[in-house]
Amino acid sequence: MKTIIQMTVNGELVESAVEPNRTLLQFLREDLDLTGTKHGCGLGDCGACTVILDGKPVNSCLVLAVQAHGREVLTIEGLAENGNLHPIQQAFVDKGAIQCGFCTPGMILSAKALLDENPKPSELEIRTAISGNLCRCTGYQKIVEAVQEAATVIDGTEVSS
Amino acid sequence: MKDFKVLNTRAPRIDGPAKAVGKAKYADDLTMPGALYAAILQSPLAHAKILNIDTSKARKLPGVKAVVTSKEAGLVRYGVSPARYDETLFAHEKVRYVGDEIAAVAAVDLATAQEAVELIKVDYEELPAVFDMFEAMKEGAPQIHDEFPGNMNAEVHQEFGDTDAALAQCDLVVDHTFLNKRQDAAFIEPHSCLAVFDLDGRLTLHTSTQVPHYVMRTVAMVLGIPVGNVRVVKPYVGGGFGPKCEATPLEMSAALLARTTGKPVKMNYTREQVFLHSRARHQFYAEMSLGVMKDGTMVALRNKAVLDGGAYTSFGIATVYYSGSLLGGPYKLKAMKYDGYRVYTNKPTCGAQRGHGGVAHRAAFEQLLDMTAEKLGIDPVEMRLKNIMATGDVTINELDMSSLGMKECVEAVRDGSDWKNKKGKLPKGKGIGMACGFFVSGAGYPIYRSDTYHSTVVIKVSEDGGVATVLTGSAEIGQGSDTTMAMIAAETLGIPLSHVRVVSGDTDLSVDLGAYSSRQTLMTGHATKEAAEQIRNAIASYLAEEMDCSPESISFSDGIVKFDGQPGNFQHIRVQYIKEHRGWTDPPSGEYLTFREAARLAYLKGGTLVGTGKYKPPRLGGSYKGAAVGTSPAYGCSAQVVEVSVDMETGEITVDNMTDAHDCGLAINRTLVEGQMQGSLSMGLGECLFEEVKFDSRGRVLNPSLGEYRIPTALDMPNVKSIIVESSEPHGPYGAKEVGEGAIMPTIPAILNAISDATGIRINELPVTSERLFMALKNKENA
Repeated sequence: MKTIIQMTVNGELVESAVEPNRTLLQFLREDLDLTGTKHGCGLGDCGACTVILDGKPVNSCLVLAVQAHGREVLTIEGLAENGNLHPIQQAFVDKGAIQCGFCTPGMILSAKALLDENPKPSELEIRTAISGNLCRCTGYQKIVEAVQEAATVIDGTEVSS
Repeated sequence: MKDFKVLNTRAPRIDGPAKAVGKAKYADDLTMPGALYAAILQSPLAHAKILNIDTSKARKLPGVKAVVTSKEAGLVRYGVSPARYDETLFAHEKVRYVGDEIAAVAAVDLATAQEAVELIKVDYEELPAVFDMFEAMKEGAPQIHDEFPGNMNAEVHQEFGDTDAALAQCDLVVDHTFLNKRQDAAFIEPHSCLAVFDLDGRLTLHTSTQVPHYVMRTVAMVLGIPVGNVRVVKPYVGGGFGPKCEATPLEMSAALLARTTGKPVKMNYTREQVFLHSRARHQFYAEMSLGVMKDGTMVALRNKAVLDGGAYTSFGIATVYYSGSLLGGPYKLKAMKYDGYRVYTNKPTCGAQRGHGGVAHRAAFEQLLDMTAEKLGIDPVEMRLKNIMATGDVTINELDMSSLGMKECVEAVRDGSDWKNKKGKLPKGKGIGMACGFFVSGAGYPIYRSDTYHSTVVIKVSEDGGVATVLTGSAEIGQGSDTTMAMIAAETLGIPLSHVRVVSGDTDLSVDLGAYSSRQTLMTGHATKEAAEQIRNAIASYLAEEMDCSPESISFSDGIVKFDGQPGNFQHIRVQYIKEHRGWTDPPSGEYLTFREAARLAYLKGGTLVGTGKYKPPRLGGSYKGAAVGTSPAYGCSAQVVEVSVDMETGEITVDNMTDAHDCGLAINRTLVEGQMQGSLSMGLGECLFEEVKFDSRGRVLNPSLGEYRIPTALDMPNVKSIIVESSEPHGPYGAKEVGEGAIMPTIPAILNAISDATGIRINELPVTSERLFMALKNKENA
């Protein structure tokens, strides 16, 4: 039997009826057509489905849609504002942190969750924060560089504004 | 020399923003109204006769729209190489591994399809199975394919020079054996596809593949559809690394079910099914002997390979040839003998993976080199430099090194790693090691015998002259080929990169053999360059007519046109352009004629401006059996130095530093080149230190998940010092050649040589887990 749920997704209130076994990943991808969140394993191993739930990065394949009821979800689609890339997204583009791009949305959101809590992370802190997001293409180096770059840009923006 | 405007830069990749904001569409992101979902029934047994398949219950389940088995699919045999078509879409008579496909179901949703799969009743008669390649070769072993007695799938015997005689004359002969483990490519995107037929019987198959062209051919052949009626479209692909280089049962099932039901059909592999489909790195056993003179001159190599192929051939024939041919360089040899055997076992099928066929044997050989150098008391770097090939050398198996910056790579990593101050000077538990390797820039021949072009490209200029669109069947799978082609087109046309668009991965656009054997930069690059040159020449010729000058006096660069280096008297062209575009927001301006105005003029004179390019390599290689495998128009090469720390108490290995130099010819895009280098090292590090697909005693994969099959995380990879070495490759577009696979060649042996330096122990079996190294340390203590 379906349950009515409400949550905020990328700043907008969403109301829907879902089966109790529907995962947040399925809900986002199939019901809301937010396909930027990727399905890589369905087991919480790869991190491709990472979204930010109430400020914390989670594997959306391991969260039921009903568990997100009343909460705030940020997906990759909610990061750019008015068509402008978020500094993390921009840094990923500029630094060559993207290859196939399949891990990218989850990777960027893990980085976002990190920088929100820790604006000046060390390299080890960055590597630890993204260690649940597997990437088979890059060897991670350019991803780490992109997060460092983004941290600098975000830091600079806040100081000047 | 490098007077480039677009090439050789660090231009951000053109698909970066779409991927960064989550708008890039991958196969599983596609939906179609009315689409059905399908699932596959796979064998739970490794080897069994199929006595009966009863689909009646599945068919009766509400929501099921079609159930197909070999009865419906037919028995057309297919595979990668026509010489070994040993698969049918669905197993009939018998199954040969846990995961062999038996049936597929299309239903209104995935859950129903999966439920229906469970309702298919298959009666099996279990047969004895064999999982070990050496057991499979023994007399009396279970026979997996009737046509291949002794489970011998492919055998290669090659000799260049007289190896035994050469070895007999050597001052020193050193032997070595080596065993790697079956690897999984572990791309993050599982295979996914969506098949749809239109009303006139035309199939469009959207699929996560590296090779739209080969998928088109195989699907057409297996399902009996005229090849002209099959269109394969590749959306963005979440990594391939080799296993997505062939048509899959997923794609063929979806197409068959779409035809049967008249509806679009969507299918995905689960992560477990990715492991079962496999087609990834083989397990190789290497046995080799290297003969040298006292001064370190390499003379002869005897090399034997046994490959565990799994249940079917896939790319296996090429793989077993590569294990021999890719040791022909980058060192000079007077004699080389190779015996290779690929053996069937009742396990998922192995195929091509990054560094196809070459990685394990390169690892064995580069270890052997170090062992030999140690016995001779020669520094491993010096030993390599002494024997190294240079531009213009031809290997003993007739591979032409038309450019080869191997020496430069070795010197770059030696100096970049401070080798001289570290080798032999590090404390116990710390070690440094090096290795080299090379790889093809595109296979010299297509997989099927054909005179086909390997790449064709169409470039079309918009009628306003402002945008050039590159249309190509080549496959962007993350390596950056779309960006590479855009850059080549922009440079050739003399326009900014932002004025070029790329539409790719669609068999309706052009012929392209796809993303394998590191071929697209060179081959698709050539075709792109030629197409762009055609457009540039056409514009020049129309302009010359209009301006009453010679076409040779006209040059294109940065989006502007010069006549003998001057602006020229072009005002009437501009006036006409502006009149025709009255009210538009972007009238051409500036001191010079723009490309846009020139291209518009060409359109007015000759209609839509289109250029076409094509490429196929010349006849390459020797005339001995198997000479085709290993040929290429050009070869990339690389050298690496790795530093490790070993915990002598636990055997735990930490890779501290990696220094990597790669000769990719002209680096079209320096960031993308580094990306390939670093990604290769990461995959090599994983294979060396922890990756292994494991099986239970009944042939079931024990670790079919990315949790239990561990690939490197951000915490496992050190930062890599990446050094790009640029030779000028005469056969590459603008001198460019490969980087995507050659870079993985030295990684495993460089790590192993570093471990040996740190511990004094030669490990000859992968992966070097802490357990394996700990046991080796214990054994050494007790010895």
